[in-house]
Amino acid sequence: MKHIMLMGNPNVGKSAVFSRLTGVHVVASNYPGTTVEYTQGALKMGQEVATLIDVPGTYGLEATSKAEEIAIDMLKRGDVVINVVDATNLERNLHLTLHLLEESIPVIIALNIWDDAKHKGIVIDVKKMEELLGVPVVPTVGITGEGIKELVLRIPEAVNPKVKKRSEEERWAEVGRIVNEIQTIEHRHHTLLEVLSDLSVKPVSGLLVASVVFFLSYEVVRRTAETLIGYIFDPFFEKVWQPLVTRFSSVLNPDSFIHHVIIGKLIEGNIDFVQSFGVLTTGLYVPVAMVLPYVFSFYLVLGFLEDFGYLPRLAVLFDSIMHRMGLHGWAIIPSLLGLGCNVPGIMASRILESRKERLISATIISIGVPCAALQAMIWGLLGNYGARYVIIVYSTLFFAWFLIGRIMKSFVKGYSPELIMEIPPYRLPSVQILSKKVWMRMVGFFKEALPIVLLGVALVNILYYFKVFNIIADFTSPLFTNVLGLPKDTVLAMAIGFLRKDVAVGMLGVAGLTAKQLTIACTVLAMSFPCVATFVVIFKELGLADMLKSVAIMLSSSIIAGALLNIIL
Amino acid sequence: MSKRIILREMKDGESGIIVEFLAGRGMYERLSALGIRPGVKIIKVGTASKHGPVVVRVGRNQTAIGFGMSCKITVEVDR
Repeated sequence: MKHIMLMGNPNVGKSAVFSRLTGVHVVASNYPGTTVEYTQGALKMGQEVATLIDVPGTYGLEATSKAEEIAIDMLKRGDVVINVVDATNLERNLHLTLHLLEESIPVIIALNIWDDAKHKGIVIDVKKMEELLGVPVVPTVGITGEGIKELVLRIPEAVNPKVKKRSEEERWAEVGRIVNEIQTIEHRHHTLLEVLSDLSVKPVSGLLVASVVFFLSYEVVRRTAETLIGYIFDPFFEKVWQPLVTRFSSVLNPDSFIHHVIIGKLIEGNIDFVQSFGVLTTGLYVPVAMVLPYVFSFYLVLGFLEDFGYLPRLAVLFDSIMHRMGLHGWAIIPSLLGLGCNVPGIMASRILESRKERLISATIISIGVPCAALQAMIWGLLGNYGARYVIIVYSTLFFAWFLIGRIMKSFVKGYSPELIMEIPPYRLPSVQILSKKVWMRMVGFFKEALPIVLLGVALVNILYYFKVFNIIADFTSPLFTNVLGLPKDTVLAMAIGFLRKDVAVGMLGVAGLTAKQLTIACTVLAMSFPCVATFVVIFKELGLADMLKSVAIMLSSSIIAGALLNIIL
Repeated sequence: MSKRIILREMKDGESGIIVEFLAGRGMYERLSALGIRPGVKIIKVGTASKHGPVVVRVGRNQTAIGFGMSCKITVEVDR
């Protein structure tokens, strides 16, 4: 079978073109480096089926980052290259194109973001471009699908014009010559988005924009989630689900093993979705009615900011601060992604160039960045005691995030390179792409989380029923009672935190803790061991030795933070 | 009158021509891949903070360049 490589500069819409060509949906955003792991899909060309590979974006064919090394390696295994070129950015993109033509592989060009080029007054003579480059050129719009059919039809026309190897200088000179001949630009004024773009990277206005963005994001996430819970999920559970499980409960013996696992405890003779802790009661209520609305609204806001192109500006603004932690501005993006789920956050750390940066970034994400599921539970349970406690948890986490980065900067060997990053133009997100992205992330959450939550709740009940937990709790309780001031029941919640942190907070909620104890427990839970999914990804990204170091830092810092809170509060 | 300064000293909105990089091959490769190389017209958009990156426009692209690098790029401006 033929292997077709989709290649191009970062942020030229490769992933959107890939989705159109294969029907496989991948997450695309308006910033360079969204694809760090390659994706492949089947591409139908008439009778033939080929494998299409979405190669991480590269500026050139010299290995200057891990993503570029991967791309160069994959080029050797391809039969044809579809070179995706950003029509609004011809000069820089053609540099890679010329480089590709010097290799011996057949090339076809998708001249993407064609619609934007037209809006910006950029006119490109496609016929002439084909002539000068000697390969087919097809104008496309990845996000709407325009031109994709023609692209597929013309793949067999891909050729290699057999040009000789050029030096870097010769290549740029050639690019300049070609661009001069095929492109004309009509002059026009600054658009509102461009003015806003300049404002978001300057000192005073930049901080102002960032504050507004953070405040609005917080408000939108909270209000959307609360509305969904209040008008859809809570009424559903009260009016529809409650009568059903109550009837189910009444046919079972309330002291039986089955009732204990499936329904849980009856609170004053009734089912309580937060406290009963059975598989069909709390096990369903937590992921569906407490966590899902927040995950949804978080990804809605994050997706908007990603597609709008705000995140790279934030990286510029945060660059100085991140340097104090041995990182550069880019590293703020993995941490932000971690607020949804730590797994993609840690995977995104791969865009950082050095081992030192990746170790620091992964560690501070697992310690100081609570995932959306954990946050939803903290708000839901701790929020009942007043905003003060929630603020204490968040400030502690933020402080730990910064301080541990600061300390690791001095102790971890390796270099911290400087920021150099393309800043994409602001683009108004397409509703279609945005909803698809939110939908994919939601499906991902459901597939990953729901089975583990249900399993976790069942496991907890079984272990309780057979009193296995008491043995573990007795063994470890000195640390918990003396140092952290927590009752021995919380040991079990911490252990379950390895499976799912939201379930663990759910357990804390029924353990009868005081506000202070709950605050400490939530903080320790957030900082200590990552959940199993995160654990696996840390191992894959960092390797065994660095993972062990990272885990040691997590455990010690969480105990120190918990002990300090126990003394201060 | 044309004058040679480092990129960092440019005023916001000022334009100039890149003269040279006072650095090694690695920095040259990273910058030139983004279209930033000697002989090219460069416009400074702004600086994020005192020791923060400089944002520049070259052609139709905006690029953020870290503090250290921004001190190693010389440009020729009309002043």
